[in-house]
Amino acid sequence: MIGVAEWKERVESEKCYDLVSEMLERIERSRLNAYITVIENEALRKAEEYDKGELKGKLAGIPVAIKDNITTKGIRTTCASRILHDYVPPFDAHVVERLKAEGAIIIGKTNMDEFAMGTTTETSFFGVVRNPYDEDRVAGGSSGGSGAVVAGEEAVMSLGSDTGGSIRCPASFCGVYGLKPTYGLVSRYGLIPYANSLEQIGPMASSVEDLALLLEVIAGKDARDSTNAGRSFEFKGQTEKKFKIGVVKEMGGNDEVMGRFSEVLEMLNGLTDGEVVEVSMPSFRYALAAYYVIAMSEASSNLARYDGVRYGLASELDSWSRYFSKVRAEGFGEEVKRRIMLGSYALSAGYYGKYYLKALKVRTLVRRDFQKAFSQVDVLISPTMPSLPFRIGELADPLTMYKADVNTVAINLAGIPALSMPAGFVKGLPVGLQIMGDYFSENTILNFALMLEKRFSETGLIED
Amino acid sequence: MDDVIIGLEVHVQLNRLKTKLFCSCPINYHDSEPNTHVCPVCLGMPGAMPVINKEAVKAAIKIALALNAEVQPFTVFDRKNYFYPDLPKGFQISQYDRPLALGGYVTIETEDGEKKIALKRIHMEEDPGKLSYKGSITLAKYSLIDYNRSGVPLLEIVTEPVMSSPKEARLFLNKLRIILEYLEVFDGNLEGAMRVDANISLKGGGRVEIKNISSFKGVERALSYEITRQRNLLRRGRVVLRETRHFDEVNNITVSLRSKEEEQDYRYFPEPDLVPIHTSELVDEVKDLLPEMPEEKRQRFIQQYEIGDNFAKVLVLDPKMADYFEEVALQLDAKLAASWIVDVLRGELNYRGWDFRVGWEKLRPEEMIRLLKYFVEEKITEKGVVEVIRTKLDEGGDIDAIIQSKGLFAIPKTEIERLCREAIEKNPKAVEDYKAGKKQAANYLVGYVMKVTRGRADPAETAKIIREMLSN
Ligand SMILES: [Zn+2]
Repeated sequence: MIGVAEWKERVESEKCYDLVSEMLERIERSRLNAYITVIENEALRKAEEYDKGELKGKLAGIPVAIKDNITTKGIRTTCASRILHDYVPPFDAHVVERLKAEGAIIIGKTNMDEFAMGTTTETSFFGVVRNPYDEDRVAGGSSGGSGAVVAGEEAVMSLGSDTGGSIRCPASFCGVYGLKPTYGLVSRYGLIPYANSLEQIGPMASSVEDLALLLEVIAGKDARDSTNAGRSFEFKGQTEKKFKIGVVKEMGGNDEVMGRFSEVLEMLNGLTDGEVVEVSMPSFRYALAAYYVIAMSEASSNLARYDGVRYGLASELDSWSRYFSKVRAEGFGEEVKRRIMLGSYALSAGYYGKYYLKALKVRTLVRRDFQKAFSQVDVLISPTMPSLPFRIGELADPLTMYKADVNTVAINLAGIPALSMPAGFVKGLPVGLQIMGDYFSENTILNFALMLEKRFSETGLIED
Repeated sequence: MDDVIIGLEVHVQLNRLKTKLFCSCPINYHDSEPNTHVCPVCLGMPGAMPVINKEAVKAAIKIALALNAEVQPFTVFDRKNYFYPDLPKGFQISQYDRPLALGGYVTIETEDGEKKIALKRIHMEEDPGKLSYKGSITLAKYSLIDYNRSGVPLLEIVTEPVMSSPKEARLFLNKLRIILEYLEVFDGNLEGAMRVDANISLKGGGRVEIKNISSFKGVERALSYEITRQRNLLRRGRVVLRETRHFDEVNNITVSLRSKEEEQDYRYFPEPDLVPIHTSELVDEVKDLLPEMPEEKRQRFIQQYEIGDNFAKVLVLDPKMADYFEEVALQLDAKLAASWIVDVLRGELNYRGWDFRVGWEKLRPEEMIRLLKYFVEEKITEKGVVEVIRTKLDEGGDIDAIIQSKGLFAIPKTEIERLCREAIEKNPKAVEDYKAGKKQAANYLVGYVMKVTRGRADPAETAKIIREMLSN
């Protein structure tokens, strides 16, 4: 993987134009299927600008990839759906404005699960993203492309979005770093919504330092998102700090994953403030169900706008109800339709109290459990995913797929920040460690990750 | 009508605001090319997000307070989900179980005295776009959509089912309109400014809802039609179904749209892209801005200007007319001002289809004052004043110039007296007849004066002088 520091070093001696060309060639040859759209000409033009010394900013000359559910003015943004396969937005998302302002080279739009609904990118209209460590396996989802491009050196950094683990899962499966910020830290303006109350845009990168840098750029006040907290983010390294650590009893995994997780716990000896404590969160039993009820309910409404009238897939003129039904029948994939139907059902009269309101109650309980835990510890840790990357086609049954999110969804229900970092390999496949913190404690979890990153590289345990 | 129960849902456009409810597009769509006042937010483009227009919330609170409703401390926007081509997001941002305000009332004057029409709730929502058809709705091969209206702030005001006749419904709507115009957040003259859904049921029948009636007359007609229709059904022992009907404004009838079973399930849930509004600070802010309402003004006019309630009642119907009156009343006798404004100017404006906003421009209060001063000083007759008003409204121009050119300056009393004497001297026969008891002979003498002055003398005044002279 190429980090920002290495990239900057190389552009000192080589031309940015040549490095970007090389990267574009690598993308061209790649079998990962990580990009839906590659922005070749504009990327080269920007690289040229950089070489002339005209590109300035924190990310000047750095190739960054953007998940294809984040709107880019003049560049098609598909959500990996047939219904938007030729949709070109008239405006940039807030995060894209920020990237441009800091001189980043936007190199392409990454592949993902259709409308971010999936854990493997197998629901993408543009085909599955392959895992850089094993092409027969998935890169994770839904931000699979954004994970794969970092691992596959097809970008230096990327943006993903995380509704129930969509950044952390591909970070885990691709052996990279990914952060879901506190709800409200990054503006969602321009993020095409799957489930508004749960999701955040976040950075993916090859090191903690890069992760923090990209977060600094995209976090901040934006009046166009009413749920934006109006806070900015600045990374402050605290290398000497010792942390109080908790392990969540209810967040586990299979034997392969748990074996690796135990090794990590052993390595923490001497680095912590007191013993690692086990924390129990009784509400987690219901978190997965509550998460899917809320996410699908919001999705059923969010996706109503795709009716073929103003943009997106169109059909032949017919009566209104036949027209929009046909567009939606042809435009949406199976998983999207399933979630729209389940969400509509959960919101319908007579079932609202039984499902949606109950899910909101669980959400309150999850929040309470986290708050209680963070009164005792600085960070909570768990395996990010309960298993190693799946083989393509392995999760044929939707319920099995939903269950793969068991360790990640509670974080989105509560709105707290969490990151996934590489924690070594099992059978040549990456395993991810999830680090969770209290609201707006990004500095704490990044510092903890930084300390672990150092420890892993010292002990050599991160090596494959 | 003891057996009739009517409730209304009134959709009011806050059409005097500058921008839409959730974006900064201008709302004055009436004179604009279609789809020019639009942006990603009001077109429902993917990734665009709504941001609440605080001015719209303040305007809504203003209305709620003026309608005596209880503004809720905490209010939430919800999504109302349904598919329609004029609805760009596939849902309307509205309010469901946490509306802006609850309760309230509007007082109307019926033949049996005052009646308080209780309100159930007031909530905010966005207007959808507008469908239009080339040619007619039945002949057009396709519909066109104009999203300029999409996102215009709407207030839905729901009454309790407490009205008992179509006339009460109309009185309620008239009164509501006056109150809204007082608050300067609403212009009732604009097309689509107020749209009404009416619920009506008769004893023993199901509740029928008539959707989207766009005029007050329409409401009265639709309800009257429904009473007749439902009464006939009940009389024949038939069932009045619970259903939704559409009012056909051309044929003045209602037609069935859908039955209760076909009612949509809107799948309401809280809008996750907006945060709840805490209203207490806004309420304090708005309370200070609340203008005097019609009832208060009416009482003040009676006390301050000592005019009769018959005048005060009419003057407060239009805030602009009330202001006009006050401008004039401060310079002249208030009763005189009230009488001229209510009895004459209002009638002349009505006749021309104008309101006092237009009237204010055509005949400015200071011009009216000048004109009425001439009248008080007897420089112009009552008839003359009316003629000046009409000319001024139709042709414009300067008051004095109009009076001059039309020769409307009254002849001084001494001159009239001289002419009366002359009439008596030159017409001994008429004088003789009068003295012999033929009282109408005086008319001949008045006619003489009118003829000589070419009608400029006041006939009543002239007659009085002549009678006095002859009786001496
Ligand atoms: Zn707009």
